[in-house]
Amino acid sequence: MTFSSKAQDPVDRPRVTLRAEALTKIYRTGEVEVQALRGVDLELFERELVVLLGASGSGKSTLLNILGGLDVPSSGRVFFDGTDITASEESALTRFRRDHVGFVFQFYNLIPSLTARENVALVTEIAAHPMAPDEALEMVGLGERLDHFPAQLSGGEQQRVAIARAIAKRPNILLCDEPTGALDSATGILVLEALEQVNREIGTTTAVITHNTVIGDMADRVVRLADGRIVQITANPRRRPACELAW
Amino acid sequence: MRALNRKLLRDLWRLRGQVLAIAMVVASGVAVLVMSVSAIEALEETAQAYYERYRFADVFAGLKRAPQRLAHRIEAIPGVQAVETRITKLAMLDIPGFDEPVIGQLVSIPERGTPVLNQLALREGRFVAPGRVDEVVLSEPFAEEHGLRPGDHLKAIMNGNKRTLEVVGIALSPEFVYAIAPGALMPDDLRFGVLWIGREALEAAYDLDGAFNDVSLSLLRGAQVETVIERLDQLLDRYGGIGAIARADQVSNWFLMNEIEQLKTAATILPVIFLAVAAFLTNMVLARLIAAERSEIGLFKAFGYGNAWIGWHYVKMVVAMTAVGIVIGWGVGALFGRLNTEIYAEFYRFPFLYYRPGPAAFAIGAVVSLGASLVGTIGAVRQAATLPPAEAMRPPAPPVYERTWLSATWLGRWLDQPTRIILRQISRWPVRSALTSTGIALSVGVMVMANQWTDSINHIIQVYFYEAQRHHMAVGLVEAQSSTAVHEFERMPAVLAVEPMRIVSVDFSKGTRKHRGSLAGMVPVTRFNLIYDVSGQVIQVPPGGLVLGTKLAEKLGVGVGDEVFVEILEGRRPARPVRVVRLFETYIGMPAYIDIRVLEDLLRERPSVEYVNLLIDEAAEKELFAKLKDLPEVSAVMLRRAAVDTFRKTMAETLLIYIGFFSAFAVALGFGVVYNSARIALSERGRELATLRVLGFSRMETSYILLGEVGLLVCAGLPLGCLAGGGLAWMITTAFETELYRIPLVVEASTYGTAVLVALVATVISAALVRRRLDRLDLIAVLKTRE
Ligand SMILES: Nc1ncnc2c1ncn2[C@@H]1O[C@H](COP(=O)(O)OP(=O)(O)O)[C@@H](O)[C@H]1O
Ligand SMILES: [Mg+2]
Repeated sequence: MTFSSKAQDPVDRPRVTLRAEALTKIYRTGEVEVQALRGVDLELFERELVVLLGASGSGKSTLLNILGGLDVPSSGRVFFDGTDITASEESALTRFRRDHVGFVFQFYNLIPSLTARENVALVTEIAAHPMAPDEALEMVGLGERLDHFPAQLSGGEQQRVAIARAIAKRPNILLCDEPTGALDSATGILVLEALEQVNREIGTTTAVITHNTVIGDMADRVVRLADGRIVQITANPRRRPACELAW
Repeated sequence: MRALNRKLLRDLWRLRGQVLAIAMVVASGVAVLVMSVSAIEALEETAQAYYERYRFADVFAGLKRAPQRLAHRIEAIPGVQAVETRITKLAMLDIPGFDEPVIGQLVSIPERGTPVLNQLALREGRFVAPGRVDEVVLSEPFAEEHGLRPGDHLKAIMNGNKRTLEVVGIALSPEFVYAIAPGALMPDDLRFGVLWIGREALEAAYDLDGAFNDVSLSLLRGAQVETVIERLDQLLDRYGGIGAIARADQVSNWFLMNEIEQLKTAATILPVIFLAVAAFLTNMVLARLIAAERSEIGLFKAFGYGNAWIGWHYVKMVVAMTAVGIVIGWGVGALFGRLNTEIYAEFYRFPFLYYRPGPAAFAIGAVVSLGASLVGTIGAVRQAATLPPAEAMRPPAPPVYERTWLSATWLGRWLDQPTRIILRQISRWPVRSALTSTGIALSVGVMVMANQWTDSINHIIQVYFYEAQRHHMAVGLVEAQSSTAVHEFERMPAVLAVEPMRIVSVDFSKGTRKHRGSLAGMVPVTRFNLIYDVSGQVIQVPPGGLVLGTKLAEKLGVGVGDEVFVEILEGRRPARPVRVVRLFETYIGMPAYIDIRVLEDLLRERPSVEYVNLLIDEAAEKELFAKLKDLPEVSAVMLRRAAVDTFRKTMAETLLIYIGFFSAFAVALGFGVVYNSARIALSERGRELATLRVLGFSRMETSYILLGEVGLLVCAGLPLGCLAGGGLAWMITTAFETELYRIPLVVEASTYGTAVLVALVATVISAALVRRRLDRLDLIAVLKTRE
C-alpha cells in the first residue's frame, strides 16, 4: 500500500484538499451569454472519492475545469492547500497542474503519435515524484500493451491509458470528466475499478463526473448539480465496489 | 529520448507531405538567393581572375603609326608598369562556304615568346611560328561558328591583297570576351572574328616596319588612370592618336561589365522580392498549421507544461521543417548556381571557372527563412497558449453564422447546401481567407514578374530593330570616304536605296561630368534610321544642335537648351560646346545624334561618309555580299537580322536562362502554397467533413466543400496575382537600368495567362493529392477521437 506523502491530520477529521468559494462562470460568445455556474461552494477532502451528477449542461465540466486550473472563474476563488490558485501567476498555476492534478477526459485525449508508455512518459518526465510509466500502466491493467499506439487500443483501453497518465505523477487530485461516457458498461466498470484502485492505493482525492446515477454508489459523497448550482450533497454510508455496479 | 521529441519526429513524419510542401516554399526562396548571388559572385570573380591571369591591360590607345622607339617614352610615363605595342587592322575575310561578308580584326602577336599584356589562352593547336607569314590563330567563338580547326584555311584581304592564311591555333583573350565589330551594337561571332597574326607578318603586309598603330599599358597600383591617359594622348597626338581609353571604356570589358551589372541587378532584386514572398508565405502557412494544433497546446498546458516549454516544442518543429527547406534550398541553389555559372562561363568563353560561393547568401537565406517561420510560429503558439487550457482544448467555438443576404435572397435559395457551407466558411474566416488568396496572388505575381522579361525584350527588339531601323544592312567603311561613295553603293546589285551616316568617337562633358561615347551624324530627313522615342514618336534631328537620349542627358546632368562640351576624338580633334535641342527616351544604349552637315562642319571636312545604310532586295543579297567581299574599304557589315539574332542570343543566354530558373522556382512556390492551404483546411475540417459523410453526403460532395473553398480562394487570388505581378514588374523595370539597357514595362496577356494557368494546374494537382486523402478519411476514427 502506498501512502500520500502528506502527514495525517492529528484530529480525526479529513483535511480539505481543494475548496471552491462562490464560483461563477459566464461564457460569452458574441452577444450570447451563458451562465454556466451560479455560485458554487464545495470542499473536496483528502482521500475521498466524489461523484458529480447532473444533467447535460448543468455545469459539471465547467466546475471541474476551474477546480483543476484549466479554466478561470468569472468570480469566486479556489484554494488548494490554503493557497488561492485563482489568484496565482500563470507559472504557479502551471506548477499546480504539473505537480498536483491529474486529468482524465471523456475523449481520452491521448497523443495519437505516441505509444501508451510514451503518453504516460509525457507527464512523468516533468512531474516531481512520478512513478515509472510501466508501473502506472500496470496499475490499470495494461502492463501488456505498453507499446501500442492509441489507434491500436479499444476505447476502454485508451481511457485506462489516460488514467495511468493522470495518476503516474502521484497527483493529490484526480479529476475525471465522464470517463465512462464513451464506453459500454462492462468496459466502463473496468475503468471505474481502475479509478477506485488508484484512489485506494495512492489516496488521491478523486472527483468523477457522470450523468449516470448508478456510479454515485461507489462514491464517498455524491454532489448533484443543476443549472449551475449545487442542489444536493449526499454522503454514502458505504462505498459500493465498482465491480458490483451495473447499468 | 523524451516523449515530446519522439512526438515531434513522428508528427513530422506524419505531416511529411506538408513538411515537403513548406520546405518547397522555403527552399525556393533560399535557392533563388543562393543561385543568383553565388552565380554573380562566381562570374565577377572569374572575370577578374581571367583578367589578372592573362594580364588584361589597363589603358588602350589606337593611332595611325608611330615608331617602335616611342614605346620607351610611353614606358617612362609615371605610373606605367608595362607597355605592349601592336599592329591592329580590320580586314575583309573570305571564309569557304559562307556567303556573307565577314570582318576580321587582325591583331599582332610576337612570333617569339608571349605578349606582355593581353595574353592569349591557347585552346587548341599552337601559336604562330617565326618566319611563317601565313599562319593565324583564331578566336575560339569565331572558329567554332565557322567550324574552323587548325589546319583549315581562310582568305583575308590585307592592304588590298587577298592572302590565304592557315589556322594553326585557337585561342581566347581577355580583350575579346565580347568581340564586337567597330560600330556594331552586339557581338556577332559569325560575322566578326579576331585573328592573331605574327607581328612581322603584319608589319610586312601593312608597310609598318619598326612601327606600331596600337598600344596597351598596364599601370602600377595606385596610378592615376586619367593622368596617364592625358600624358599618353599628348605623346600620341603627333602620331594620329585617336584618344586613349581606360579599361572601363574598352568595348569588350564595357560590355561584359554592363552585362554583369545587369545580371547583378536582376540577381539582387528578383531574389530579394522572391525571398520576401517566400518568407511571407512560410510565415502564413506555419501560423495556420500551428493554429490547428491549438487543442494539443491546451492538453500540454493541462499536463502542466509551461508556455516556454510548449513554445520551444513548436519552435523545434518549425525549425525542423524550415531547416529541411533551407538545406534543400542550399543544395539546389548551389547546384543551379554552379549550372548558371557554367552557362555564363560558356557564354562569355572564360577559359576557366571559379565557383566558390561565399557564405553570405547561404546565411541570409537561412536567417530570413527561419525568422519568418519563427515569427509565424511564435505568434500562433502565443495565441493558443494564452487561452485557458480548457478553452484551447475545445474545438474552436462553433462560429456564429448569421443569417445574411445569402439565406435571404434568391441567390441563397438557389445555392445548394455544400455551396452555402463554402461561402459561410469564407465569410466566417475573412482574414484567413484573404491571406490564402494573398499567398496565391503573390506566387502568381512572382511568376508574372519573371516572365515579363521575355515580353519586354521582345518589345525592345520590335521597336529598336524593326520600327526604328528600316534598312536591312549597314556597311562601315575603313575610313571616311568622299560622299561619292554613296553613289557607288547605289549602283551595287540588290541595293534599293542608300543613306549615309557618320559616327565619331566623342568625349561629352558638362562641368565635371563626362561620358565617352559616340555621336552619330544623320542626314536631315532620314528614311531608314528613324529615331524613335519609346512613346513611338519619330524625331527629326534639327540642324544646329544635339539630340540626346535621356539616359545620357541624365548622366551629363543637362536638359534642352543647355550646352554640352563635345570633343571629337578623330581628325583634328575639334572641340566645342554644342547646344542640346532635344531629348528622347530609348531602351538601348546612350545615343547622341547631330545633323551630319553640322558634324562635317565641326570636323572641318568635306561631306564624307563612314557608314552607309542600305535598303536591299533580300532575294538578291548574295550578289551584293560577293561584291562587298572584294571591297577593301569595307570594315564592317551589319545585317539587321543578324543583329536581332545576336541581341536575342545575348539576352537569351544570360538573362533569360536566369529567368527560366527563376520561373521554375516560382512554380514550386505556387504549388507549395496551394497544397498547404488545402492540406491545412483538411486537417482543420476533417471532423466536419467526416460527419457530413456519415450523414450521407457523397465523397464528391464533401470534396467539393473542401476543395471548392480552396478553389474559390485561388480564383480570388488570380486577378490579385496579376495586379501584384504588374506591380512587381514595374518595381523591377524601374530598378533595372544600366548604361546599356532600359527595360520597358511590357506585360503581354499571355504572360498573365501562363501564370494563371500554372497556378490552376498547381491547384488541380494539390486538389487531387488532398482528394486522395479525403477519400481515405476514416469516418469512425475521426468521429471517435477528439484531436
Ligand atoms: N466554451 C463555452 N462557450 C459558451 N458556452 C459554454 C461553453 N462551455 C460550456 N458552455 C455552456 O455552459 C453550460 C455548462 O456547460 P458544461 O459545464 O459543459 O455542462 P456539463 O458538463 O454539465 O454538460 C452549458 O449551457 C454550455 O452550453
Ligand atoms: Mg461536460
